[in-house]
Order: sequence, then structure tokens, then C-alpha cells
Amino acid sequence: MTTTTNTLLKYYTLAQKIRIVEERIAAEYSKGEMRCPVHLSIGQEVVSAAVGMAQETSDTAVSSHRAHAHYLAKDGDLYRMIAEIFGRVTGCCKGRGGSMHLVDLSVGFLGSSAIVGNSIPVGVGAGFTHKLDKSGQLAFTFFGDGATEEGAFYESVNFAVVNKIPVVFLCENNLYSVYTDLTPRQPASRKIHEMAAAMGLTSFEINSLDPIVCLQETLAHVLWARENQVPIFLEYKTYRWLEHCGPNNDDGLEYRPNGELKAWKLQDPLRALRESLVANYSVTVSELDAIDSAITTEVNLVFEKVRTDPFPTLNESMQDVYA
Amino acid sequence: MLNQENKMTDFAEQIRIGLDEALDQDPKLILMGLGVTDPKGIFGTTLGLPQKYGRERVLETPTSENAVTGIGVGLAVTGHKTVMVHQRLDFFLLAMDQLVNSAAKWHYMYGGQQSVPITIRLITGRGWGQGPTHSQNLHSWFTHIPGLKVVMPAFAHEAKELLRLSIDDPNPVLFLEDRWCHVQKAELSDVITRGSIQLGQAEILVPGDSLTVVAAGFAAVESLRAVSFLKERGINVELINLRTLKPLDTATIFSSVKKTGRILVVDSGAEIASFASEVVSQVSRNCFDSLTSAPQIICAPDVPEPTSHGVTEEFKFGAADIAKKIIEMTESNIKADWTILNNVPHDAPNSTYMGPF
Repeated sequence: MTTTTNTLLKYYTLAQKIRIVEERIAAEYSKGEMRCPVHLSIGQEVVSAAVGMAQETSDTAVSSHRAHAHYLAKDGDLYRMIAEIFGRVTGCCKGRGGSMHLVDLSVGFLGSSAIVGNSIPVGVGAGFTHKLDKSGQLAFTFFGDGATEEGAFYESVNFAVVNKIPVVFLCENNLYSVYTDLTPRQPASRKIHEMAAAMGLTSFEINSLDPIVCLQETLAHVLWARENQVPIFLEYKTYRWLEHCGPNNDDGLEYRPNGELKAWKLQDPLRALRESLVANYSVTVSELDAIDSAITTEVNLVFEKVRTDPFPTLNESMQDVYA
Repeated sequence: MLNQENKMTDFAEQIRIGLDEALDQDPKLILMGLGVTDPKGIFGTTLGLPQKYGRERVLETPTSENAVTGIGVGLAVTGHKTVMVHQRLDFFLLAMDQLVNSAAKWHYMYGGQQSVPITIRLITGRGWGQGPTHSQNLHSWFTHIPGLKVVMPAFAHEAKELLRLSIDDPNPVLFLEDRWCHVQKAELSDVITRGSIQLGQAEILVPGDSLTVVAAGFAAVESLRAVSFLKERGINVELINLRTLKPLDTATIFSSVKKTGRILVVDSGAEIASFASEVVSQVSRNCFDSLTSAPQIICAPDVPEPTSHGVTEEFKFGAADIAKKIIEMTESNIKADWTILNNVPHDAPNSTYMGPF
């Protein structure tokens, strides 16, 4: 499969936007203005970007606690996300949800949930609507390796297979549930994507360390699911660079094997994508720098402006318990 | 000539008619649950509906209470109102994450942009040895969660309209059906017509002046027997049938207590942190000066319900217990033949019932 330079530049822009936003959150977190838990996707950006490239605006998506990247890849509004993390009334949830609860209905991003596995069935329900409406849309549901240990995951996969729901299950396997590696959680001989296949899903494993293959495979599999209106499962081999929750490097806690983080960082898929664009696609470094710089300018403006936005009043926060 | 006014119906039939009407009027409405297409059709309440509306809209589900609830939320926020049903409330306990973390909070948490119009029918087991995990009355739990509505019909004439109102409501509604309410009968001419009541509106079922009895669901059925029995013997107590636990019609309760000065709340749930306790709390805080005696409750004991029919008669309260409590509270002095109130089987909804479920 050949991928055009334009497509790769869009992909790069999306992944780089996620990284720059996440790095900015990490850099400013210690100022104490973002007073809610944040789960950053630094190291995992190309997964979301690849999925974002495969999504139509009319598709729906739900996600987990680590949702910034998924929201941005679905073209969720950056300003309203940052305002939400800052607890401002201009946030996407009016300051009621924080980082773990993101929504942008204008692009079909229905919501993200702080409870592991919680949004998986909701995504299947959205996919059920697409099936009933015969609309050709797909529902995307993002989760991590930990969520595949939840009952909701098995129940949802089973339902989707039995009822042939057009849903894309996206498992970002970053090897850790908080500080716990896979060893005490899942048998070493059992691969998540193989288990999904055994449950009746068309299932693939995608290695995010080769960013261009990651994009190509994602596009191909999602296209196949779209054309056939069936559920599929994509497991991404990926890695989180920072702590589970928060802005810091936590390698000092020594729950990761010595050298593991360093090895993954050396294979940074975003840098690999950048280098490949220059080496193989005739893109100049200055073109890429210009993309980075435009993103940084946008992010600067957002971070500057949200700070001037008001907090919700208590009265505002007492509304909307019922529709 | 057939006298239309004397034609009878029952609660279960009214539920089925309500579902039929709702499915007919809203082509996007989905009805799903384990058993909705099976030969028994959820105690008859879904019979005929799969054939009429198709097995995509009347959907048999896997035994996956939690995911199915979340799938209902996903359907609802994307435009398909959903009715779900569980043949025993106890199984629905597997779905607490989706109920509490998704359904109840979705509208509020995401800034009031998406409502969750789902109705969850939960059938409560009673009698015939349903025991510790098939007969729990947990309505009080559900009222504790902001964002949920809780409806608890008692009688055949109100069942359909309360269900229709629950389905019409844009919020998640728990619709609690005591198994024994299913056999309650009504004359067709007494069935509540569309638009004449609202959720959150209690009914003064029996007017009276010496004490206020508040109840919902099957507790209201038993309270009605007790109150009617006493009325025939000159004791005039007021009976309020709540119909909706949340939102609670405190105005009707308070105004009754201000008239009678006494309140007894009858509740099928266990007594600690019961819904009865909540009603007593609200009355005590808002009508303290009107009270002439301490508020009282009748609840299930703080013990899991045993199965043996050798002990369940004593374990469960019945109409006679309610009547005796009213006599005690009103300091009445009557001699009654309690066998009249005890003339129904304690562990079956009627004398012909032979189980098994």
C-alpha cells in the first residue's frame, strides 16, 4: 500500500499536536491550576493519530480515563478540553468532568469514562444505533490492556459479535495497569488479540513502533469494518512514557524493568515518522518545524486564554441533574 | 350485551399494553432483556411483541446485565430510547457500574448535552421461597443516586400510565414491579388515561383524618387492605400511594401529616437506611410542630430473607401487622377478627398460585 505524503503529513500533524498538548499539560501541571487527575498519552500518540485518520466525523467514539489523545484525534475542540482540565465553565463538560470526562458531540466524541471498562458497552450501544439506522457509521471504543480484564469487556465483545454491531474495539496495550505489569494479570501465553479472535472478532495486532505501517494497517482494517459493517478488534503494541496518572517520569519507582523505558524512547514512533518523512517522502525539516511551530502557537493561545475564563458558579454546577 | 365497564384487566396485561403502545408510537424505541422473546415473555408482559415489532427492536440479550445496561445507555444517547427488563431485581445488581457511573451521571457530567432516556423494569420476587437473592427490595439504594428516577406502581389501573410516563421521561427511570402486583386486577374503565397524572405525583388513595399511611408498590396493596379493614370499623386513616419514590411528592405527604398529626410509613425494604426512614426524616424536619406522636415505620427486618415457608409468614409483615400498628398509633380500641386479614396465603399472590417462579 502506498500512502501519500499529504496523508502522512496530516498523520504527523495529528500525532505531534497530541504530543505538544500533553507535554504542555505536563510542563504546567505543577503550577496547581489543573487540579484534577491527568492521564497523559506521551509515547502512545501515533495510535490515536492513526485511528483519527481512519475515522469519519460522523463516526462515534468513546474512551477511557486516558482520553486526551483520542479526543484530539477525533478533532475534539482543544480549547474546550483544556478549559475543562482547568475547571472552567467554558470546558466541554462545564467543569463537571475534568480530564477524564471529555465530550465533543460536534465530532461524535460521546464521552470518556474514569471507570476502567465502563465506556466499552456504551460504545457498543452507539454502534447498535448505527446498525439500526443503517447509517454506515462506525462506533469506536478505546481502552487499555487493563480493561480487557473487566467483565464489561467480555460482555460487550460477545454482544457485538452475536448482534454484528459495527464497532471498532481499540486496545492500547501499554503493558501496565497503573504500576502493575501483565505478569500477575494475564497469562503470558495468551495474547489479547488472539483472545478477541477466539471470541469471534476479526482481530489484528498492530505495532505502533513502525508508525507508517501502523497507519496503513489501521486504515485498511477500519475500511474493511466500515464496508462490511462488522465489529473488529485492534490491539496496539505501545508504551506510556510518563507515570500512570500525572505529569512526571516515574522510572525511579522501579516497577518497570531497568532500561525498558529507555529502549521504548529510543524507538519513539513520532520521531521515526518525522525522520521517515524527511528521508523517504521529500519533506523538509523546515516544513515539519513550521507544523510544530503552528501547533505550539495554537496551544500557547489556548493556555493563555483559558486562564481568563470564569469558573462555573455553584448555582451552575447544581443544574442538569435531570434532562 | 357486553358491559364494557365491567371488563377486567390485570397489572401484567397493562404493562404489556403499555409496551405495545410505546413501541407502536416511537419507531426508534428498543425493548431488550433476557427473556423478552421467550415463551413465557417476562410473566406475559412482552408476549406477542417480538412478532409484532421484530426481533431487532424487541431484542433477546445475552446474560450480561452490566454491558446490556451500558449498551442501553449508548443506544439512548444516540437517539434510541430503550426499555430494559430483568426478571429479578437481584440480577441487575451486576449492572451497578453502568447504572450509577454511566446512566445516572451522563446528562449532568457531560455538561447537560445528552440525556439518557432509558427505562429499566426490575421485577421484585416475593413469596414462594424466593429467598435471600430473589426477593430483595432495594428501591432505597436507587433513590440515593442523583440523576435517577424511581417509580414503584402498586395497582393495575395505574401500571400502564406510570410505565408510559417513565418511557416518555428523558432520564433514566427504574420501574420497580413487585411480582405480586402483576396479579392485581382492575376494571378497564378505571385504567388511568394518558396525560391525567405525572411522575412525582402521589395519590391520596383513601382519605382520612386520624393518621397518614404512606406506602408504595406491594406495600401499598397491603396497606390498602389494612386501611379498608379499619375504615369499616370506624378508624379513618389516610392512605397515600406514592407511585414515584424519586422525585418524591413531599407536598402531598406534608399536607396530609399537617391534617392528621401522625405518620406511618410502610416499606417492603429492610429497615436500616430504608426509604421509610427517608420519609420520616423529611416529615420530622418539615412538619415537626404538626406531629402529635412519633413517626413510625414498618419495614422488613435487617436480615436477609429466609427461604423456608415455615418461617416466612412470621418474617414478612402483612396487612394485619399494618392494621395493628395503626390501632396502636391512633390509640384505638377495637376488637377485630384478624383472620379476615389473614385469609390469603402468606407466600403466594393468590390461592391458586403454585410457583415455581
